[in-house]
Amino acid sequence: MKEHRKKRLIRALSIVLVSALGVGTILYALNSNLDYFFTPSEMLMNDESKNISSSRRVKLGGMVKENSFSITGSIISFEITDFKETILVSYEGLLPDLFKEGKGIVVLGKMHNEVFYAEEVFAKHDENYMPPNLDLDSS
Amino acid sequence: MLKKFFHQFASPKSYFRIATKIQNPFLLIFVLLYVFALAWGLLFTPEDYIQGNSYRIIFMHVPASFVSQILFLIMAFCSVIFLVWRLKLSIYVAKSIAPIGAAVTFFALFSGSIWGIPTWGTWWQWDARITSTLILLIMYLGLISLHSSFNNYEKADRFFAIIVLAGVINIPIIKKSVDWWSTLHQSASITLTDAPSIDPLMLAPLFLSIFSFFGLIMGIVILSSRYEILLREQSKSWVKSL
Repeated sequence: MKEHRKKRLIRALSIVLVSALGVGTILYALNSNLDYFFTPSEMLMNDESKNISSSRRVKLGGMVKENSFSITGSIISFEITDFKETILVSYEGLLPDLFKEGKGIVVLGKMHNEVFYAEEVFAKHDENYMPPNLDLDSS
Repeated sequence: MLKKFFHQFASPKSYFRIATKIQNPFLLIFVLLYVFALAWGLLFTPEDYIQGNSYRIIFMHVPASFVSQILFLIMAFCSVIFLVWRLKLSIYVAKSIAPIGAAVTFFALFSGSIWGIPTWGTWWQWDARITSTLILLIMYLGLISLHSSFNNYEKADRFFAIIVLAGVINIPIIKKSVDWWSTLHQSASITLTDAPSIDPLMLAPLFLSIFSFFGLIMGIVILSSRYEILLREQSKSWVKSL
């Protein structure tokens, strides 16, 4: 490769490198602020830096605990777990179709006296796709 | 000899001649393949065990998302070639990719929103995957307006190539967003390292839909780059004699 081209190549690649370093630094600084939801463990840790307080609406995500779902009147309650900590969720409204015990869930709301009062519920589906007859767990 | 071949093909004139010849058969093959892949995926694959029929939009959403990112990588590759070897053809191709990339990215976001309504219960959330894909769309749109905001092509081309290289970092971020942060979007089903977590009956049409959609979009890139060449080389004698 000729000398002037080598120089240009280095210059072109340094653009990529500099922008990667810049963006990387920003993302590193933002760190967990880019997380879409908190896990129950993070929620209960009461980490100051995560700014989880009862006055702020946050998202809590995890698995719906098996055999925790119940309805009393119009109040739906279930537990969200990350297999270390578990939080009781209370919700009034419609559930998405994919809501299922043992499956991923994200709820938006506020924590108050150990209970998470959800205003919105989103189902988080996983990356597995298969025909129904192969689903050995649910049969 | 290789160098000679490279120089010959890389001239806009001979690229134009070859592109004109292959464009229609190329498009025809991949349109047919894509239609076949969609019919296969939509009609002849089993339902998903949890999502039922709504997962079938995967045969449109995944190819669109994949191609939207690959197009940006191709644009970045062309930009390096242009900046280092000053090859006009490579910037013509890069520039004609931008609007196509914007359209494909929009389609990826749109199909994702449609998929999100029945499954997640929402069509839009600001999670890392969705937001970084929106940034990709904004970058494509920004590149289009950047290039047209200069009144001289030489400056426009160079700035275009530099901004593409500065923006290419977004591609690995989109790819890794579901691993680095918690997201509503699920993590990848097809990876280089692990066995795919999709049943083979669904995976086969998915692969075909990705392959054929990529081919189809490349056919459109060939078509669009021919117009770009005609526009930029209109004062050249070979264009006038067409």
